[in-house]
Amino acid sequence: MQLALTEDQDLIAKTAADFVAENSPVSRVRELRDQADATGFSRALWKEMADLGWVGIPFDEAHGGAGLGMAELVLVMEALGRSLAPEPFLSTVLLAGQALARGGSEPQQKDWLPGLVAGEKILSLAYQEARSRYDLGSVETRAEATGDGFRLTGEKIQVLDAASADAILVSARGDAGVGLYLVQAGSAGLAIEPQTRLDGRSAAIVRLDGVAVGSDAVVGTPAGGGELLERVVDVATVGLCAEMLGGMHEAFDLTLAHLKERQQFDVPIGSFQALKHRAADVFIELELARSTVMAAARAVDEQSDDVAKLVSLAKARCSDAYVLATNEAVQMFGGVGMTDEYDIGFYMKRARAAEMTFGDAAFHRDRWARLAGY
Amino acid sequence: MADLDTFRSEVGSWLDANCPEALKGDRTSAIDGVWGGRKWEPTRPEQRTWLERASAQGYTAPTWPKEYGGGGLSPAEAKVLSQEMAARRIPAPLTGFGLSMIGPTLLRFGTEEQKQEHLTKITRGEIRWCQGYSEPGAGSDLAGLQTRAEDDGDHYLINGTKVWTSYADQSDWIFALVRTDPDAKKQEGITFLLIDMDSPGVSVSPILLISGSSPFCETYFKDVRVPKANVVSDVNAGWTVAKALLGHERSMIADAFGGGAGGAKRSLADRARRYLGDAADAPVSDASLRERIAQAELDTRAFLLTVQRAKDAAKAGQQPGPESSIFKVYGTEINQRRAELMVSIAGPSALGWEGPGFEDDELQLTRDWLRTRGNTIEGGTSEVQRNIIAKRVLGLPD
Repeated sequence: MQLALTEDQDLIAKTAADFVAENSPVSRVRELRDQADATGFSRALWKEMADLGWVGIPFDEAHGGAGLGMAELVLVMEALGRSLAPEPFLSTVLLAGQALARGGSEPQQKDWLPGLVAGEKILSLAYQEARSRYDLGSVETRAEATGDGFRLTGEKIQVLDAASADAILVSARGDAGVGLYLVQAGSAGLAIEPQTRLDGRSAAIVRLDGVAVGSDAVVGTPAGGGELLERVVDVATVGLCAEMLGGMHEAFDLTLAHLKERQQFDVPIGSFQALKHRAADVFIELELARSTVMAAARAVDEQSDDVAKLVSLAKARCSDAYVLATNEAVQMFGGVGMTDEYDIGFYMKRARAAEMTFGDAAFHRDRWARLAGY
Repeated sequence: MADLDTFRSEVGSWLDANCPEALKGDRTSAIDGVWGGRKWEPTRPEQRTWLERASAQGYTAPTWPKEYGGGGLSPAEAKVLSQEMAARRIPAPLTGFGLSMIGPTLLRFGTEEQKQEHLTKITRGEIRWCQGYSEPGAGSDLAGLQTRAEDDGDHYLINGTKVWTSYADQSDWIFALVRTDPDAKKQEGITFLLIDMDSPGVSVSPILLISGSSPFCETYFKDVRVPKANVVSDVNAGWTVAKALLGHERSMIADAFGGGAGGAKRSLADRARRYLGDAADAPVSDASLRERIAQAELDTRAFLLTVQRAKDAAKAGQQPGPESSIFKVYGTEINQRRAELMVSIAGPSALGWEGPGFEDDELQLTRDWLRTRGNTIEGGTSEVQRNIIAKRVLGLPD
């Protein structure tokens, strides 16, 4: 494993940073929130990102993708995280897209992946329930066998980008175990009710009232969905960690600029040692977080034995570091940090939402210990 | 690559033929290793044989030029040598400040005469060096040092006291910072000087630490005459030399601690199971200890990955990134946290000082833990390190 960027990777990172700086300022987050539109992102910008090749990074060339891996995708995710860009990488590319790419049948991949890579199809994955907390295996939604297919009944919460999805992959428990089922938008018995979260990301309650799907809607096998979901969420977690890395770095950069500019007692407040040492501590955590994200991305690509441990390492560190960086940011901004007018609050809200997606730091420390055998 | 493979097999054969059997499998830490010098007594005779054979081959300083007693190896070859030694569990033939600190400094800043005079003696383990930086009145504010060097023709006359001189009582020479210009701005009046500890007027007194050992000394200079030829680099340019060397010392300290933490003999979880009475492979039954163990392991792994990232970037020819500035402060703090955790795990068994009722490793743990409290003080305190990060990396104003 090499923890250094190649020239090609460096170019992707720079291109992504430039594009995001030019086309996706953080002010978009405020505009989208104030519009209160259920989609929550820009279809036009998503199409542009697809045309740039970003959406297709982790998909096979046979489906129109670039055939690259997480080592490359994390560079784009980091750039997007810097400006809190809400485009549906997590739901479409990293969750549903990876579930289809890693576990889907050939017809499913043919039907969905080329459109996804082209930026035309939005997909979502519904795995979370009211009582599941971070346990992917805690699934109360039922999948009843009906002879020629299945009938799905249950309720999923905080399903990302469900409102704009052309299809939703749903985890449900059947007689054989937990499976993933592909449900097309507009199916009879499917109801989507948008939720409003503190970070403004598009999320919804997905209700399934006896939704009928064919046997060809099973992604993988009716019993293998739990294992597939675990693998896919590990991959998606790496992508989320990269987004968090971008967010924490931007929040820290905004803080440093404020420390150099804001004058009190006739000097810049960044000259105070109490603040300098705390800034140094945030910096240390950011550097450590970066190393863990690079390692986890490469572990996924190399299919190494300790993928799950490295993913938990990255998520535990990124969760703690993003919360630290944004809590310190608001404190160091002082009163203006508490105002809606300043952008820094958006980062603190996103830090919490990202922390509690796919398990917080305590969850992942526990998972690390279990994987390590203690 | 083919050349490296050939080199690997040659080195392997040489090691098999030359390293005494009795030493194989005995990879002691640097602290217990062979430091050489006139006062050195090998704990086993094979250590001397191994030192003589390795230094004749240039393998005590593999990357130094051959003309100064080194092996003339490329970094890639030196890595192969170290891998082959590790594979055979062969201990380093020699360690110490000569090889790690003053040698590289002389290679960069020394005169030809100084290199000829000192480097080969270092590689052969004939002369042991110590470092004279801190003074009773100059700790974190190192540039405030007061040891005076008065011009006395072709000599300097040295008067003053150095403190925290590691192993000065066992060393033959000292490299020291002395004040040659008391009127200049404090960083600008300092000179880097090599002093023979046998010179009349040098005396040494060990300092007993809270851990019960005395690795450090106080070293006194009373009218000590030192030839001006022993100045390294220019007169009054000692601060530049010292900073270059200090950066090296900090990365060495961080490396030692980070590496040590990663390669501990027994895992933290195994230690916990031993004291909690848990079955092997069972979850650690104390939830609070288990959480602290996981946090310590995450901290350690994240740190080691960051060290690897810096090395990989350097190998790829990239400029050193800001990440290396965190090594000293974070490496030492992890080392302390792990030691604290081991004490918590051992509970009352960590309270032994000597005598019956405690296992040897428990007595050692107590003293090791006490010793770690110095890690965030020596080589630049954590507070000074954070000031450096804030100023040099984050660009925060003075």
